[in-house]
Amino acid sequence: MTNLIEVDSVTKRFGAIIAVDDVSFTVRRGEVLGFLGPNGAGKSTTMRVITGYLPPTIGTARVCGQDIQTHPVEAKRKIGFLPEGAPLYGDMSVQGFLEFIARIRNLSGKHKKSRMDDVIERMGLAEVLFQRVETLSKGYKRRVGMAQAILHDPDVLILDEPTDGLDPNQKHHVRELIRDMGSDKAIIISTHILEEVDAVCTRALIIDRGTVVLDGTPGDLHARSRHHNAVVLRMKGDEANRAAKLLRAIPDVGSVEKLDAADGVSLLVVPREGKFVAEAVGAAVRENNIQVVEMHTEAGKLDEVFRQLTVGEEAA
Amino acid sequence: MRELRIITMREFFAYFATPLAYVFLVIFLAGAGAVTFFIGDFFSRRQADLFSFFSFVPWLFLVLIPAVGMRLWAEERKSGSIELLMTLPVTTGQAVGGKFLAAWLFTGIAVVLTFPLWISVNYLGDPDNGVILAGYVGTMLMAGALLALAGCLSALTRNQVIAFVVGTAASFLFMMSGLDLVLSVFKGWAPPYVIDMISALSFLTHFQTISQGLLHLPALVFFATMIIVCLFINIQIVELKKAG
Ligand SMILES: Nc1ncnc2c1ncn2[C@@H]1O[C@H](COP(=O)(O)OP(=O)(O)OP(=O)(O)O)[C@@H](O)[C@H]1O
Ligand SMILES: [Mg+2]
Repeated sequence: MTNLIEVDSVTKRFGAIIAVDDVSFTVRRGEVLGFLGPNGAGKSTTMRVITGYLPPTIGTARVCGQDIQTHPVEAKRKIGFLPEGAPLYGDMSVQGFLEFIARIRNLSGKHKKSRMDDVIERMGLAEVLFQRVETLSKGYKRRVGMAQAILHDPDVLILDEPTDGLDPNQKHHVRELIRDMGSDKAIIISTHILEEVDAVCTRALIIDRGTVVLDGTPGDLHARSRHHNAVVLRMKGDEANRAAKLLRAIPDVGSVEKLDAADGVSLLVVPREGKFVAEAVGAAVRENNIQVVEMHTEAGKLDEVFRQLTVGEEAA
Repeated sequence: MRELRIITMREFFAYFATPLAYVFLVIFLAGAGAVTFFIGDFFSRRQADLFSFFSFVPWLFLVLIPAVGMRLWAEERKSGSIELLMTLPVTTGQAVGGKFLAAWLFTGIAVVLTFPLWISVNYLGDPDNGVILAGYVGTMLMAGALLALAGCLSALTRNQVIAFVVGTAASFLFMMSGLDLVLSVFKGWAPPYVIDMISALSFLTHFQTISQGLLHLPALVFFATMIIVCLFINIQIVELKKAG
């Protein structure tokens, strides 16, 4: 069984609000799924259904083959969950809190000690171990939440905005951690930081107003961008007009846009859909002796794709 | 069982992380001492027993027990930690039971700490220790029923103050339902069997039966049933509330 998480036509209603509308997807071992979507799209609600906190109105979710509704305890054993905002027991010390989680997760003896030491080291909690959780800074609370989720080394990790509130070093560290763990677990992370998709995810799922609008690899996502395979040329201002005219003449070029940069001008050469113009642009630059300071190919702008998919219909 | 014990211990120690525990213990013990020796006419009655202590306990409990019970679920819901708790591999029953047992255990500590009173009366006279023991059994059973009730109400709100106020009001009704004060509200319009039913729910009456030294079975069963029914309702409320 490689599908560790199966979400099976889940709908969740709160009174008249449909928070999640017939969502289905699966996550295999080795996959890190990035869960994207605007505020209120239903990301946290979906995660709460998978982790057994909220019962779905229709449909169900299975974790490691265990139905979260009929075998909640068995399924929950397999899951590590970082809820949105990382709520914790504020009145406990970090050490006491992790001890509690370890005990309830049935860790004991040497194994417990080595797991505790491991997460304390990984999440950098050694210096706050005896501090009360409620007196910790926001980032440290998030780290304790993360530590609690990975303590029992679960097969399935569900992390709701794991890097929110972390400093840049910790963000980097947590992303590395997720990537590392991703190889032998099934992980879902929700995030509003689109670069995170490139940094850690093997797959992305965009959800908008409760429905899935895109499910694909980060590459698929980039490919949806108008800027996918566009070529950017940076040059001195006086060269720009001549260059733009020459570049427009290349057969597969759709458009050439002038972007003002701090030092000189950048030209954005957008190919026609599905075409690849980098080589032709390079040749044109050489042949016409255009003085180019820098040249690179764009992978595609994720924020643009995100906007297209999630506000597109609203604006229309 | 293991999960129940772990949750009970966590909740129990959580009481001592806040001033609430110490405030509760001081007020309860000071109140118990004061009523036993002064208000209860201990010296002039020339009788060494804990009669006045046991007649005052219900009134102390009326305000102190909702204070112990109010945080059980309200705090959990307010801080959002309920999401953490309910996604750990425990059943709702274990969570409800563990919280209840912790609160009961904590109240038990307060009750046990009144042992100097018991030593005093034994030193000063020759009380019937059987009656005293029955009084303590009744005290704990009543505490359990009041806590289970307070726990239920605590699960309905995320506001501890509301949980406390409503808890006190409900405790008052259940405590007093045998007295004319409450029954007169129903007399005149409610059929007699309803009035009998209401008065049969009185904590005070059942407590008095037990603390007179009669380990009266129906009274014991009454409190046990009350606890079980409240815990069961508590489980339903927690499940229903998180369903959104
Ligand atoms: N307990 C609840 N009662 C009523 N409505 C709710 C409840 N929980 C969530 N909702 C609604 O469901 C929708 C989805 O919320 P959800 O928290 O899943 O969004 P999200 O994608 O996580 O957003 P964000 O990016 O802001 O975290 C929202 O419209 C929200 O108001
Ligand atoms: Mg959310």
